[in-house]
Amino acid sequence: MTIVEAILLTVVTASTPLLIAALGELVTERSGVLNLGVEGMMAMGAACGFAGAILFDSTLAGVLCGILAGVATSALFAFIVLGLAANQVASGLALTILGLGLSGLIGAPFIGARRDPVAHLNIPGLTDLPLVGRLFFGQDAFVYASLLLCLGVGWFLFRTRKGLLLRAVGENQASAHSLGLPVLRVRLLAILFGGACAGLAGAYLSLVYTRFWSPGMTSGRGWIAVALVVFAAWRPGWAFFGAYLFGAATVLQLHAQAAAIGIPAQALSALPYVATIVALVVLSLGRRRDTGAPGSLGMPFVPDR
Amino acid sequence: MRIELQQRQAPSAVARLLAPVLALAAAFLLGGIVVAAMGRSPLAALDVYVLQPLSDPWALQEMVVKATPLVLIAIGLSFCFRANLWNIGAEGQFIVGAICGSTVALATHGTDAGAWVLPVMLALGTLGGIAWASVPAFLRARFGVSEILTSLMLVYVAELILDYLVRGPWRDPKGFNFPQSVTFDDAATLPFLADGGRLHIGVLMAVVAVVVAFVVMGHTIFGYRLRVTGEAPRAARFSGFSERRTTFIVFAISGGLAGLAGIVEVAGQIGQLKPSISPGYGFTAIIVAFLGRLNPFGILLAGLVMALTFIGGEAAQITLRLPFDLTRTFQGILLFCVLAADALVTYRVRLVRGAPAQAAGRAA
Repeated sequence: MTIVEAILLTVVTASTPLLIAALGELVTERSGVLNLGVEGMMAMGAACGFAGAILFDSTLAGVLCGILAGVATSALFAFIVLGLAANQVASGLALTILGLGLSGLIGAPFIGARRDPVAHLNIPGLTDLPLVGRLFFGQDAFVYASLLLCLGVGWFLFRTRKGLLLRAVGENQASAHSLGLPVLRVRLLAILFGGACAGLAGAYLSLVYTRFWSPGMTSGRGWIAVALVVFAAWRPGWAFFGAYLFGAATVLQLHAQAAAIGIPAQALSALPYVATIVALVVLSLGRRRDTGAPGSLGMPFVPDR
Repeated sequence: MRIELQQRQAPSAVARLLAPVLALAAAFLLGGIVVAAMGRSPLAALDVYVLQPLSDPWALQEMVVKATPLVLIAIGLSFCFRANLWNIGAEGQFIVGAICGSTVALATHGTDAGAWVLPVMLALGTLGGIAWASVPAFLRARFGVSEILTSLMLVYVAELILDYLVRGPWRDPKGFNFPQSVTFDDAATLPFLADGGRLHIGVLMAVVAVVVAFVVMGHTIFGYRLRVTGEAPRAARFSGFSERRTTFIVFAISGGLAGLAGIVEVAGQIGQLKPSISPGYGFTAIIVAFLGRLNPFGILLAGLVMALTFIGGEAAQITLRLPFDLTRTFQGILLFCVLAADALVTYRVRLVRGAPAQAAGRAA
């Protein structure tokens, strides 16, 4: 395996959790709900996913636990912002604080444990191709699932009736309501989907990316996923592009640290965060008027009677 | 089954005062359930978290000292939140304030510099916080970039800068290779209010900030302008209030106070720079601001309550071996409860059986 091949493979591993979490948040935001708790839901997914995998000695069980944890925490968020029409920004922060704390309690007994690598696709002939073989035909199931998810979300949002309904609810909640669309139910489902994705992304971190659990291991990836949605102008295709761009930046920064090129390690570690800010600014230059944000994003909805 | 909300005509003053108390009670109940789920006694936890610190004079002083940064930061944040702007990067502004203020302490270390050192430290700390906060303010005002994301990203950057400084150029050469700066001289340390006590003059600054914020918010045109901008942005625009200026001012206020809190914490409490100088004051202050209902005196009380969770959390770590993450969990639960209680003040909440009413169907 050449060094280039190794780097490309790690880029895929670093990008996959960002892509999954960003797709979930994208669907949530398209329905008009801003859930800033991705970081917290991801942390819960990482802790519960790892705990589940150890307890049941099965990666699949771990993944299900991670997804469930994400769904459960997002349900709490949904109760507050939909049921009680609370401020979405503050509720998202509450979810992040709670998720980071609770995941610390759940994960603590599993510090020091390790998981074996997950199975990778192996098609004799194809996987052995030089350079591209492992890259395209030798990934783990999550990578292929994330790509299918990306296509699926795009198809759902822009090619199905239900997707149109969801976008309508996010674009103008008052009109959608007066047309008889179940605004709150659509949003509930969108929030739960976002939670499931964040939980899955978190489980990927602890089960595949590091294969152990440590406190605070999400280290801002949830927030970067939220930023990616803005960066992607709420489009799944762009989310894919953005996630891989950020994954690549993260991996290159790690390789630069390992190569000790004379730049302080902290400066390189800061790169993904600075890059996020720069990317948001550059993109805002391109589209001063229409950012692509759903019209009702972040607004609480109380049906009038 | 579903929840139906009905806007209350005029939320009662009593309900407004009771909401945070109710939220606290609910959070304690839920926190107790979490402790019980961990197989521990909730009553023992309550004792260590709340009753013991409240009955120990030393711990009470400690509580006031820990409340100081929380109150300073939360007062600043209340200006932002009132204007519906979301500075959630106070933790970063706190750290940069601590770094900027410390430059003077480190530069004058070992010299017999006089009484000018402390005021300059405090001023530089405040300016550092303002500078760090003006980045998201500028990006928001000039490019329309979400201040939520940029202010948060800058927290990670600030943490890394501090980490670099205390492991690199600012490391104490005689510190046995520990990542920490030299211990500040007396001239660079905040004096205590009373001999033998724990309270330093930073506590007074927090109280002054509360009073000034009360006057500014309730009795000046600027305070009025803020409320209008937050509650009715369209009306504010029509009456000629500049959104950009408001953005810069509230970010400067909150960044400045967070920076001041940072240097006060370092010069008053820690006495040197370390890789970690805050257990998350900048984030906890968000909860303080909401628990205090964005009211300066409410924030003062809320700051003391949240300080108690930090002290209780440390004590529980030692005596009950309960992890510190329990404190974070409790803080998250508390913020949820505060937001839920707020909804109960604004709306009449009813549980209704059956399918939701279809607007179109009724209109026909």
